Amino acid sequence: MVTTNPEAPSQETELKIVEDATCTFCGCVCDDIELTVENNHITKAKRACVLGKAWFLNHEVEDRPSCLIDGQPATVEEGYDLAAKILTDGDYPIIYGLSDAPCEAQRKAVGIADWIDGTIDTTTSVCHGPSGMAFQGVGEVTCSLGEVANRGDMIIFWGSNPAESHPRHFTKYSLMPKGMFVPNGRKDRTCVIVDVRKTKSANTADIFLQIKPRKDFEALWTLRALAQNIELDPALVLEETGVELAVFQDLMDRMKACKFGVIFFGMGLTMTRGKHCNSEALLALTRDMNAYTRFVAKPNRGHGNVTGADNVVSWRTGYPFGVNHSRGYPRFNPGEYTTSDTLANREADCGMMIACDPMANFSQPAREHLASIPYIALDTKITPTTRAAKVAFSVATYGINTGGTVYRMDDVPIPLRPSCDSPHPSDFEVLSQIEKRVQAIIASR
Amino acid sequence: MSDYIKIAGGTIHDPANDIDGAVRDIWISGGKIVNPPEDPSVKPSRTIDAHGLVVMPGGIDMHCHIAGPKVNVARKMRPEEKRKAEVIERTAITHSGTMGSVPSTFATGYKYAGLGYTTAFDAAIPPLGARHAHEEFDDTPCLDKGFYVLMGNNHYVMRSIQQNEPQKLKAFIAWLLRSAKGFAPKLVNPGGVEVWKHKQAGNVHGLDSEVDHFRVTPRQIVSQVTQAANELGLPHPVHIHCNNLGMPGNWETTLETMKALNGHKGHLTHIQFHSYGGGDGDEDTFNSKVTQLADYVNTHDNITVDVGQVLFGETTSMTGDGPLGYFLSNVYGGKWFSGDTEMEAGCGITPIKYKNKSLVHALQWAIGLEWYLQVEDPWRVVMSTDHPNGGSFLAYPQIIRYLMDRQYRKDVIKTCHPRVKDRCTLGDIEREYTLNEIAIITRAGPARILGLKNKGHLAPGADADITVYTPHENKETMFELPRLVIKDGQIIVDQGDIRHPIQGKTLHIEPEYDTGVEADIQEWFEEFYSIRWRNYPVDASYLHESEVVPGR
Ligand code: SF4
Ligand SMILES: [Zn+2]
Repeated sequence: MVTTNPEAPSQETELKIVEDATCTFCGCVCDDIELTVENNHITKAKRACVLGKAWFLNHEVEDRPSCLIDGQPATVEEGYDLAAKILTDGDYPIIYGLSDAPCEAQRKAVGIADWIDGTIDTTTSVCHGPSGMAFQGVGEVTCSLGEVANRGDMIIFWGSNPAESHPRHFTKYSLMPKGMFVPNGRKDRTCVIVDVRKTKSANTADIFLQIKPRKDFEALWTLRALAQNIELDPALVLEETGVELAVFQDLMDRMKACKFGVIFFGMGLTMTRGKHCNSEALLALTRDMNAYTRFVAKPNRGHGNVTGADNVVSWRTGYPFGVNHSRGYPRFNPGEYTTSDTLANREADCGMMIACDPMANFSQPAREHLASIPYIALDTKITPTTRAAKVAFSVATYGINTGGTVYRMDDVPIPLRPSCDSPHPSDFEVLSQIEKRVQAIIASR
Repeated sequence: MSDYIKIAGGTIHDPANDIDGAVRDIWISGGKIVNPPEDPSVKPSRTIDAHGLVVMPGGIDMHCHIAGPKVNVARKMRPEEKRKAEVIERTAITHSGTMGSVPSTFATGYKYAGLGYTTAFDAAIPPLGARHAHEEFDDTPCLDKGFYVLMGNNHYVMRSIQQNEPQKLKAFIAWLLRSAKGFAPKLVNPGGVEVWKHKQAGNVHGLDSEVDHFRVTPRQIVSQVTQAANELGLPHPVHIHCNNLGMPGNWETTLETMKALNGHKGHLTHIQFHSYGGGDGDEDTFNSKVTQLADYVNTHDNITVDVGQVLFGETTSMTGDGPLGYFLSNVYGGKWFSGDTEMEAGCGITPIKYKNKSLVHALQWAIGLEWYLQVEDPWRVVMSTDHPNGGSFLAYPQIIRYLMDRQYRKDVIKTCHPRVKDRCTLGDIEREYTLNEIAIITRAGPARILGLKNKGHLAPGADADITVYTPHENKETMFELPRLVIKDGQIIVDQGDIRHPIQGKTLHIEPEYDTGVEADIQEWFEEFYSIRWRNYPVDASYLHESEVVPGR
């Protein structure tokens, strides 16, 4: 909904209000933001949290070329041509990132990976990849966030600190809302935080369990045992987990007694010792609890559209991330086809990095190898990854300059409402152009 | 050069136009079937020699699960199955993909087309996931596509029934279908999924058990949604997955559901799963009640069914019926997905395996075939496997052989659990389908039931969606590899090779309704949904190519 205020103070100031804009900064994907845009600048972001405000208000369109080749300004056409050449010349091309792009662009990226017999991977492989693998082992009992708001009377956060990572999680979805079957909001809910340290989120908890670092798996299995009324040795439980058996027993009694329990889990669980075994234990515990009451689990996903990336890669290839096409059809093997591995093992010989910054956060061997191969980078800002790229595109910012679709962390697709213009092409446009050229090259072979 | 294409001298099976094996030419222009040009000097730009070949309209799958949230979850969940399945390699013009019981999107489009199918409907999309389904449709080539919108457990539906507000109900159904850009209302275990959401192992157990909180019964939901949808004049008024799917003794619920239509048009889906006698979960009492139910269908022409045929082998069960998913996951003990969608729907997914040596499974297989053979009017029974629930759509040629070849049927019964023969009538049925009857249950019939006037037949004005088969004594062989498949007047498949993977269009409806009710819907929506009212409806940008199908 775009309205221009007829009483704009001066002719120069163009003022518009964009209602129900969508924030893509974290997995909450809040779609209720009211933006005030003055002279193509966002000046207010009503209802956004501190992270969301920063996302919208700090948005600047930098005056720089949309395309650099070897760090030198080039036309985008030259960039598209060279990008297609690099990707089709290689023997082991990789495409990585995707989580900060709308589904429309993600679909193009997966398409390119397919045409070039390349490997496609997303940032899922470095955040909730283990949850994805656990899911393949045991499944998942889950729900959309509105179900939590309307029914959840016991909310557990495990290895997740939404107060800092997803600031509106509590107020919008999980703790505060007055829902259909929890009419008194927070009063009708018990909040439990399980973590290895006292996070900011722990302040909101009715019950806080501080377990020993790297002992999530043991703690989860303690609960699984208690769910089945299996007797455990109190001394051993305390020694292993750092928490008294009686505390676990009390928690289990409450879990069995609640009407609709929810466990949100984060990277404190998936990226610590045990990884997918931890996620699997948590998903299995949730499933076990359905023998007593209704219980669901949900990963608290981070980046705006990482959930969309999982979905797009899955529907086009059948697998969620780490997909290799070198035989002409998709194969899946995390640990082999995931980007940190294809780089650190010095297998990839060219690539494309989309809205991600491996040069800043991958291991040193991976970074060194990436720096040594020709690759293309797409980003809204200058990063270590764009700086070392053979071809770097400055792209418009999704959700601010461009529309498209983003999946909330509960797989609900939400449309974007762009609010101001950018001189740069969208990632969708760049990838569409590269795909066209790649296809032409492939067809001519 | 004209833009005419002529299919010359084929043996035509076009039951909607009473053509049963006559040799005729078919002219195509602008993607449509047309009359031959009046000026005899006008020559076609291309002539396809179809002498000795069988020509039918393109196949229509009216009930399958090929797109959207739960299908994609099932893909993510089953890598073990894909790795050992047939591979779909990329070519210069087609994408790669994976198979298994839940193929990736491109693979789905290519495989349907390869089988001579040109239209398919996903049977269960929660409106909150409608956008997702449309995005996947855009990546599913070669087919015209649409979906049914889950509403049998929708809170507004139940609330307007409880408050006795039929006008609100009617407006809501139309509003919801338009918002989702969907094709038809779908009821899945009406009322039961809502009970599952708030109670351990919750469900309703018959047409008259009450849904707590909403204080309505499944019977009320079935009757009133059916009536409202018929009054709206929808092309396919209502598509019903009955309560108690898979349970011994459920045939009585099914019969009651048929009665609850009150004479209005209604379609009962995967009827095979709802036709069981017996009780108390005792395998020994499980038996077929097809005869009783088919009798009712035969004497009530407001009712149509599709079968939901079970085939032996491994597959994935996926359903909007959350409590059923829980039940099946306990039976099979494998991995289990359950996903509840706020205000609207549920979902259950679990891997399953049908074995011919299991009495229950073999009976399910036999009961499906009984349905095809006991409904007298082929226009009211449609081929389906409820893909992938009973088996893959790729099994359609095999089912055709079962129907056209009674000896083959009898040979397979012999390999099944020995007591199957006593629990159903299949062994005694001598009926064999004709080619024309096959054309009815796979294209002409579903087109008519769906209200698709331009599909399922070959008269001028129809979409030029045409399949050409090479006749063969073994009907499975004949139907598994069409000679040619034409979609919108273009050859998309030639002897199994994808030649021209066109996009296909989305079929949806835009029923008129009393917009005065919108304010009430909005008030309800804003109180309980986690997304904004304005961000809920799917806008036209998601449709790409599309067609609005008019009402009846
Ligand atoms: S909670 Fe997340 S999505 Fe919502 S406004 Fe804050 S950063 Fe944006
Ligand atoms: Zn179905």
